Amino acid sequence: MSTLEIRDLHACVSEADGSLREILRGVNLTVADGETHAIMGPNGSGKSTLAYALAGHPKYTVTSGSVTLDGEDVLAMSVDARARAGLFLAMQYPVEVPGVSVSNFLRTAVTATRGEAPKLRNFVKEMNGAMGALSIDPKFAERSLNEGFSGGEKKRHEILQLELLNPKVAVLDETDSGLDVDALKIVSEGINRFRAQPGHGVLLITHYNRILQYVQPDYVHVFVAGRIVAEGGAEFAKVLENEGYEKFTGAAASA
Amino acid sequence: MANLAGAVETAHVSSLHSSGSVNPGDFPVPTGREEEWRFTPLSKLRGLHADAPLGSSGVTVSVEAAPELAVERHEPAERAHVSPGRPFVPADRVSARAFAAVTAATVITVPKETTASAPTYVRITGTDAAAAAAGHLVIDVQPYGRATVVIDQTGSATYANNVEIHVADGGDLTVVALADWAGDTVQVAHHVATLGRDAHLAHFAVTLGGAVVRLSPTVRYAGPGGDAELHGIAFATGSPRNTGGQHLEHRLFVDHDTPKCRSRVGYKHALSGEGARTVWIGDVLIRPEATGTDTYEYNRNLVLTDGAHADSVPNLEILTGEVVGAGHASTSGRLDDEHIFYLQSRGIPFEEARRLVIRGFFGELIAKIGVPELEERITAAIEEELA
Repeated sequence: MSTLEIRDLHACVSEADGSLREILRGVNLTVADGETHAIMGPNGSGKSTLAYALAGHPKYTVTSGSVTLDGEDVLAMSVDARARAGLFLAMQYPVEVPGVSVSNFLRTAVTATRGEAPKLRNFVKEMNGAMGALSIDPKFAERSLNEGFSGGEKKRHEILQLELLNPKVAVLDETDSGLDVDALKIVSEGINRFRAQPGHGVLLITHYNRILQYVQPDYVHVFVAGRIVAEGGAEFAKVLENEGYEKFTGAAASA
Repeated sequence: MANLAGAVETAHVSSLHSSGSVNPGDFPVPTGREEEWRFTPLSKLRGLHADAPLGSSGVTVSVEAAPELAVERHEPAERAHVSPGRPFVPADRVSARAFAAVTAATVITVPKETTASAPTYVRITGTDAAAAAAGHLVIDVQPYGRATVVIDQTGSATYANNVEIHVADGGDLTVVALADWAGDTVQVAHHVATLGRDAHLAHFAVTLGGAVVRLSPTVRYAGPGGDAELHGIAFATGSPRNTGGQHLEHRLFVDHDTPKCRSRVGYKHALSGEGARTVWIGDVLIRPEATGTDTYEYNRNLVLTDGAHADSVPNLEILTGEVVGAGHASTSGRLDDEHIFYLQSRGIPFEEARRLVIRGFFGELIAKIGVPELEERITAAIEEELA
C-alpha cells in the first residue's frame, strides 16, 4: 500500500534578503497505489518547488496544509526520515559531491533506507545488475558522486537510486530534460520497471509531453501559479502540448 | 641595494623570501609582527623561535627501511656530516637554531637506479615535551631511484627539525609527513626539497595532532623537467574548556628557479570547535629564468563550527612572461547544504551525511598517497576527530 496525500499545501521560498515569497498556493493531490500522475505547467509555476517541498529542502518553508504518506505526517519528518518512510525525489540537477564514491554512497543509502546493511557481495551483484539495466558503465561505481557526469549520466544515476532504494512514491523532477532519445528510453524503462511493481506511485513533473509517450500517466494535472488548475487523463498531455498553457495562465491570473 | 649587480636575476627577487643563513644570530628573534610570523602564536612555541636550549633528549628516531635503502646515523664531530655533500641553508631562525644544535642526523639513501620494494618508515617519537629537541633528516634519492618515505611523528615533544630532500635526475620520491602528535606537542619543521632534471616528488603533509604545528615545505629545482606535487591535510580541533585549540600551519614555498618545471599544490584543511586555527600560506615564485613553468596551487578550508578560524594566503609572483600556466585558488566555507540535502534525501541521517562529505573532502587527497595502511590510518584518525 502507498498513498501520498497533499492537502491545501502552501509553501514559501526564503529570498536572499530574508523575506518569504509564496510559491505554492494550495496544492491538492492524491497519488494512490499503482498510479502515475504527471504534473505539467509553464516555467516558474512552482512545479519543482512542490517536489523540493515534499522532500523537505531547507530553502522552502511550508506555511500551511498537510502531506501524508500512508497516513504518516511527512511534514513533521526530517529530510532523511521522509526518504526512509518511502518518499524519493529524482532531482533535475543532482549536486556533485567530491570524494564520495557512487558505490559507497549507494551502499550507505541502501543501508539507511532498508534499516540494515546488505551483504557486500549481494549488494555489489544487485548494484551491477541495476547499473547494467540502465546501461551505466560499471566504472561509475568508483567515481565521485555526480562529479563530471554528463546530464544524461546524472539522470540515469537518479533512476538507478530509485530502483535500488525502492521507495513507495517517486517524485521525478524534470527527469526527461536534457536527455537524448536513447537515454530517454533507458530512463523511461527504469521508471516503468519501478511502477510495474505493486505498492508504487509516481509523481512525474515535466514541461513537455515527450517523456509521457514512454511513461504513460493515469492522470495529467496542469500546474499554474502554485496550484493545480485543471486535470485530465493521459490524452490531456497532448492537448496541452498542442494548445499550450495560455488559457490556464489567464484563468489563474484572474482567479 | 649596494650589491644590486650581483643580485639581479638570481637571488632574492621576491620581497617575501630573504636569504638564509646557518648562523641563528643572523635572524633576529621574531616579534610576531613579521609577515612570516604574524599568524604563529609565538607565546606557545616554548621558546623554539627565541633562545630555548635545544638538546637531543625528548625525541627518539628510528628507521624501518626498505631493504634496498641505506640508512646511516651520523653523529658528527664535523658539521659537514650533518648534511653530507651539499650545503643546507636554513631559511629562518628556528631552522638555523635546529641546524646548529643537532648532534645527530639520520641519512636515508635510495641508491642509483634502485626501486624500494616497500615504504620506509622514519618513526619520530616524542617522549618528553618539557625537553626541547632538534632533529635533522636527510632523504637522498640518487639518479633514477624510487622510494616512499613515511615520517611518522607521534608522542609528546617540543621539536624543531629540518628535513632535507634531494631527488636527483630521474628520481621519484613520495614523502608522507604524518603529524599524529599528542595534544601537548609543539613543532616547527622545515622540509627543503631539491629536484633534479625530470625528478618527481610527491610530498604529503598530514597534520592532525599537536598543540602547535608549523610546517614549511620548500621546493627548488636543479634541472628542467622537475615535477613537484605538494599535498596537505590538516584537521584542527578546538578546546572544550577554551584553553586554546590546535594551531596547524602549513607554509609552502615553491621556488621556480629553473625552466620547464612543474608544481602542483593542493591543501585541504578542516576546523572544528572553539579556538581551532589553521593557516595556509602558498608562496609560488616564478623567477625570470624559469620560463615554461607550469604551476597551480589551491587551498580549501572547511569550517565546521563557529569559533574556528582559517587563514589562507595564496601568493603567486610571476617574473617572466613565458609561463605554460600559473594559477591559484583559495576557498573557505562551511559544509555545503546542498550536499547534505542530497545525501539526506536518500535516507542518510544528518550526522552520517556530514561524515561522508567530510571524509570525501579529504578522501581525494588521501587516495593519492598510495600506501594503503597509511591511508586507512589517516582516514581512521580523521573519523576520530569527527566523533
